[in-house]
Amino acid sequence: MAEVRFGKAINLALADALEQDPAVFLFGEDIADVGGPFGATRGLKDRFGDRVRDTPISEASMANAAVGAALSGLKPVLEIMFMDFMTLTMDALVNQAAKVRYMFGGQASVPMVVRTPHGGGISAGPQHSQCLEAWFAHVPGLKVICPSNPADAYGLLRAAIADPDPVVFVENKALYAMKGELAEGAGPESIGKARTVRAGRDATVVAYGAAVHTAERAAGQLAEQGLEVEVLDLRSIQPWDEAAVMESLARTHRLLIVHEAVEAFGVGAEIAARIGEIGFDELDAPIMRIASPFVPVPFAPSLEKAYQPDAEAVIAAVRKLCA
Amino acid sequence: MTTRKTAELLELYERMYLIRQVELRLGRLFADGEVPGFIHLSIGQEAIATGVASVLRADDSVASTHRGHGHALAKGVDVERFFLELMAKEEGMCKGRGGSMHVADLSIGMLGANAIVGASIPIALGSALAHQVRGTDALAVAFFGDGAMAEGTLHESLNMAALWQLPLVFVCENNGWAEFSPTSRQFVASLDKLAGAFGIPYARADGRDVQAVAKASERAVAAVRAGKGPRVLEFTTHRFRGHYEGDPQKYRDADELSGLGEHDPLSLLEPRLAKAGVADAQLQSLHEAVDARVDAAVERARKGSAPDFEAGRADVYTQTGAA
Ligand SMILES: Cc1ncc(C[n+]2csc(CCOP(=O)(O)OP(=O)(O)O)c2C)c(N)n1
Ligand SMILES: [Mg+2]
Repeated sequence: MAEVRFGKAINLALADALEQDPAVFLFGEDIADVGGPFGATRGLKDRFGDRVRDTPISEASMANAAVGAALSGLKPVLEIMFMDFMTLTMDALVNQAAKVRYMFGGQASVPMVVRTPHGGGISAGPQHSQCLEAWFAHVPGLKVICPSNPADAYGLLRAAIADPDPVVFVENKALYAMKGELAEGAGPESIGKARTVRAGRDATVVAYGAAVHTAERAAGQLAEQGLEVEVLDLRSIQPWDEAAVMESLARTHRLLIVHEAVEAFGVGAEIAARIGEIGFDELDAPIMRIASPFVPVPFAPSLEKAYQPDAEAVIAAVRKLCA
Repeated sequence: MTTRKTAELLELYERMYLIRQVELRLGRLFADGEVPGFIHLSIGQEAIATGVASVLRADDSVASTHRGHGHALAKGVDVERFFLELMAKEEGMCKGRGGSMHVADLSIGMLGANAIVGASIPIALGSALAHQVRGTDALAVAFFGDGAMAEGTLHESLNMAALWQLPLVFVCENNGWAEFSPTSRQFVASLDKLAGAFGIPYARADGRDVQAVAKASERAVAAVRAGKGPRVLEFTTHRFRGHYEGDPQKYRDADELSGLGEHDPLSLLEPRLAKAGVADAQLQSLHEAVDARVDAAVERARKGSAPDFEAGRADVYTQTGAA
């Protein structure tokens, strides 16, 4: 066991993948010489040379190059500096990477990973703060992962790189500095498994990424008020662990989904709809969501504070659920 | 006795004739409702696919366009599985899930036709990157039409290919039309100047003349394989048919349409074959053999089975066996 920061866990996962598999190749803007805008790739170029490369600012072509490289024997890991810039990679991800396996009759898969940071809280403004993971979760053929702590950042990134299919790996900016334990000799985790981060019998709160910590804070305060909330960290959004949610619901009979992404048409909407279909008999209250309002992410700290879902909102929702 | 040179010429002719016959047949099958969807034929442009592919190795990769039948056949895809695919059968090369615009055979480096204009270029770029990183002397070819010259991916990829000195040959098939608009109304630059701006050697040749195409390609491929970085080739050619089968082509002058026969790459080669001593009877038997091959492939395709929806559903992601 060692304590590492989230960003360092990403760095270690990349280093270990590069070390163990000569097909792994890293590229992105300012990732090599400088080590990435968030320092996640620091030192990797020195160790692995040309397998870690800076690219020009050409997201559309870099993402499609990842597809071509994956089809010709590499396991490319592309960094897109902010998730907002994923808009420029949509053809590569949606039309190419996601389709290849099915569309070519199962001849091949596309073992590529796109790492990208999402999330606000740093006054980065409307074009550097968005959480767009639902877009990718909507596309058959893509996997979407969003870890909430250093151990998962390591284990799930290793899994994403080893995975034969294309993975969008989302890192919440607010988590890069977070410290956590990373087990000695940790390896890949399995994709698609949720984790119970806090047990409870009164309500289930499903979250992913930084929202897991919002949910945990809320659960701590609710416990003082006598409400025991079970917090599930989804970890993987596509596929998501339906069985784990159902299993928890069978105990709590109340469900709240929390995420930083916009509520409308989001991950929470999908989970709510699905659980409404298969878990109706278990529900003692309507499923609720706490997520961002239908507004661009604002710049002013005061506006952004009003925008982001916080523990107070989660607490209020749980109290309503359990009323 | 046929000399080696004559044999090579005959081989080029046979490949072009095969592509022509396959596509003429597709035109009829489409009109008769045996090929669903829509198809873009490369009739009149066979010399480019054939000439370029004639200088490629099996481990070289090719990324193609929506008008990609010729590229696939020139790279060596199986004719039966090709027809099976276009006739929407389970035994097709993509199990009936891709169709005309997605014919692919990754085992021979055919990375797929592609329904997204401009996508072939960065995909081939990534494939070239893989060849470079893996330290082989294989190369990649990006086929694209004149219409794709206005896509950002070309400009981004020219830059990247030059920056990283990638083993990539850009091949523009300039048929003067992008759908229903002439190139002159779409693109103000010229590919030679564009290539020059990135310091990439450029060559143009008559795309009707398979020998000219092969010669230009041979030079480019030799340079690229020798590690001298990317090359750009532009072949002028003529689209004999509509943009798609069934296109009434009201936007084209009657003169242009009636004069297309003069630009036939097969007719251009026939007198050269005669001069090289190939007797009419020899050509006749070549025709008969190819025709019979196409007939047999179509007959086989007609007997193919309907694709299995559930099998396809299970093929969106790689099955790891863990589930
Ligand atoms: C990104 C994208 N935009 C538009 C289209 C529609 N479209 C299909 S083919 C085509 C024209 C392409 O012209 P060109 O590249 O010259 O190829 P050609 O058809 O002449 O072979 C267009 C606009 C598309 N398939 N993809
Ligand atoms: Mg054209």
